[in-house]
Amino acid sequence: MTTSTEAAVMPEAAARPARSPRGPRRPHGRAHKDRAGYLFLLPWFIGMLFTVVPFFASLYLAFTDYDLLSSPEWIGLQNFADMFDDPVLLKSLKVTFIYTFVSVPLSLAAALGVAMILNRGIKALPVYRAVFYLPSLLGASVAVVLLWRYVFGLDGIVNAFLGWFGMDAIAWTSDPDFALTTLIILHIWTFGSPMVIFLAGLRQIPVMYYEAAAVDGASKWRRFRSITLPLLSPIIFFNLIQSIIASFQTFTQGFVMNNGGGGPANSTLFYNLYLYQQGFNQFNMGYASAMAWTLLVIIAAFTALTFFTAKYWVNYDN
Amino acid sequence: MSTTAQSPRVKDRSDDDSLVERFGSTRRGRFTRHVALCLIGLFMMYPLLWLLSSSVKPNGLIFSDLALWPAEWNPSNYTDGWTALEYDFGVYFSNSIIIVVLSILGNLFSCSLAAYGFARLKFTGRKLFFALMLGTMMLPGHVLLIPQYILFAKLGWLNTYYPLLVPNFLATNAFYIFLMVQFMRSLPPELDDAARIDGCGPFRTFWSVILPLCRPAFATTAIFTFISVWNEFFGPLLYLTDPELYTVPLALRQFIDSEGQSQWGPMFAMSVLSLAPIIGFFIAGQKYLVKGIATTGLK
Repeated sequence: MTTSTEAAVMPEAAARPARSPRGPRRPHGRAHKDRAGYLFLLPWFIGMLFTVVPFFASLYLAFTDYDLLSSPEWIGLQNFADMFDDPVLLKSLKVTFIYTFVSVPLSLAAALGVAMILNRGIKALPVYRAVFYLPSLLGASVAVVLLWRYVFGLDGIVNAFLGWFGMDAIAWTSDPDFALTTLIILHIWTFGSPMVIFLAGLRQIPVMYYEAAAVDGASKWRRFRSITLPLLSPIIFFNLIQSIIASFQTFTQGFVMNNGGGGPANSTLFYNLYLYQQGFNQFNMGYASAMAWTLLVIIAAFTALTFFTAKYWVNYDN
Repeated sequence: MSTTAQSPRVKDRSDDDSLVERFGSTRRGRFTRHVALCLIGLFMMYPLLWLLSSSVKPNGLIFSDLALWPAEWNPSNYTDGWTALEYDFGVYFSNSIIIVVLSILGNLFSCSLAAYGFARLKFTGRKLFFALMLGTMMLPGHVLLIPQYILFAKLGWLNTYYPLLVPNFLATNAFYIFLMVQFMRSLPPELDDAARIDGCGPFRTFWSVILPLCRPAFATTAIFTFISVWNEFFGPLLYLTDPELYTVPLALRQFIDSEGQSQWGPMFAMSVLSLAPIIGFFIAGQKYLVKGIATTGLK
């Protein structure tokens, strides 16, 4: 299977002889060198137009009233002022914050914990790693979110399981107090991809550090705190930033879980879901652009904050 | 515990997968770890196994039934599900396959060109462009969403596959460029020198020397592209309105829209079919996936 994928990727290159039939061609000069580089980057340059132009266009639209039919009308800061008075927006911000700041630490803790167990040297490591990693590839697929709806349904298997312990059934998906919890559990279920990154990082820590510490009588906890955590801190830092950025942009889970509405009672109305509703159901393109830039600023602020605190807890020297 | 510290079992084997017992490992400790890992693994696999088993259960037996082995078999869920929506699932699957295959080709083509430029060529402004490329990797996509939608609408591309495909041919996925740059930088620079002495220009060096060596990075890119495009929901939701063009995830969601309360079995059956290719690719390409996230994750 693997080999056939590879062969399918580039059959021509493998078949070609490596030597040029033409004579030596040796162009000189900086301009020519530049030209080759720019030619290779040509698709990327055009692609950047699809990034850079929309980037500034959305900044402009954020200050306008625009419904896609008539031309944009400049309204200054009105969209941003409206956002402060929009209770649904504030609710969606709250949902997104709770989701991020509960599920990111929990899933990273699970990832680190399991990675440390796996790193102790265990038989069948590839099997375990595959089992833990697979869910992270499926977590954003519609099929799994649909499955989650029924696993946590009123007569679903979670309630049946709780029933064994004599607990009452919980209306997980229709009770506003619990709906977000099911999605947080779904997020934790996908701890596999940070786990693989942690595992690769743990492999870099020489075993002799632990041996030396044990000879000196360091406890397990002490070894974790004084060896594992500091040496792994750049990777924890990387995972943290990645997870926060991704989690702020959650969309599919909220959309599929409650038929695109973010219900019950907006309890799963993620920020990006509300942005989608504003932009593409109500055609408030200006307001949606203002929302997009606000989220960008929020994400940038949290990233900057993480970078700023990094010097106190991330260890970069070896 | 610390008495095992000097255990002679400590071996240093760098072989990635067949790792032997490392430092401080006792028999009981190993047993405990296996039990813990199996329990966690069981919890994680249970929903997926339950989905598989529910897909062959009759509707009345699906809920509250925790058993993984169906007491009664109902394979007609698969045939019912295949034709349950407006179009056959064959239509949705071939739509998804077309988009996935073209996206993979597009990413391989455009990202490998850009990566070679960044990794092996020198030109004015390279550092600046590289920084810009890394910056787009961090840029949340939702900021571009509305102007891109307007642009595609003005181009008359709504309800076509162009908005989903064209960006992939223009190296807009910085993650894959980065992955390939990392890989190409690890190849010895003497290769380019030798090719140049043999008379190769940059394009020939790229095509005949570098590309054949980059197969592992391409395999990783292809698998990641496959998984993310196959799963993608937001793009198709935004740009495709004609059910004939729907991809598999969009079609699956229709099972809920129609509110057919008796459709669980067929819905689960089609869910299984939609997840099967991902799981297949995962099993086939696990090596590349793990390597891919380890290299891009670490540096």
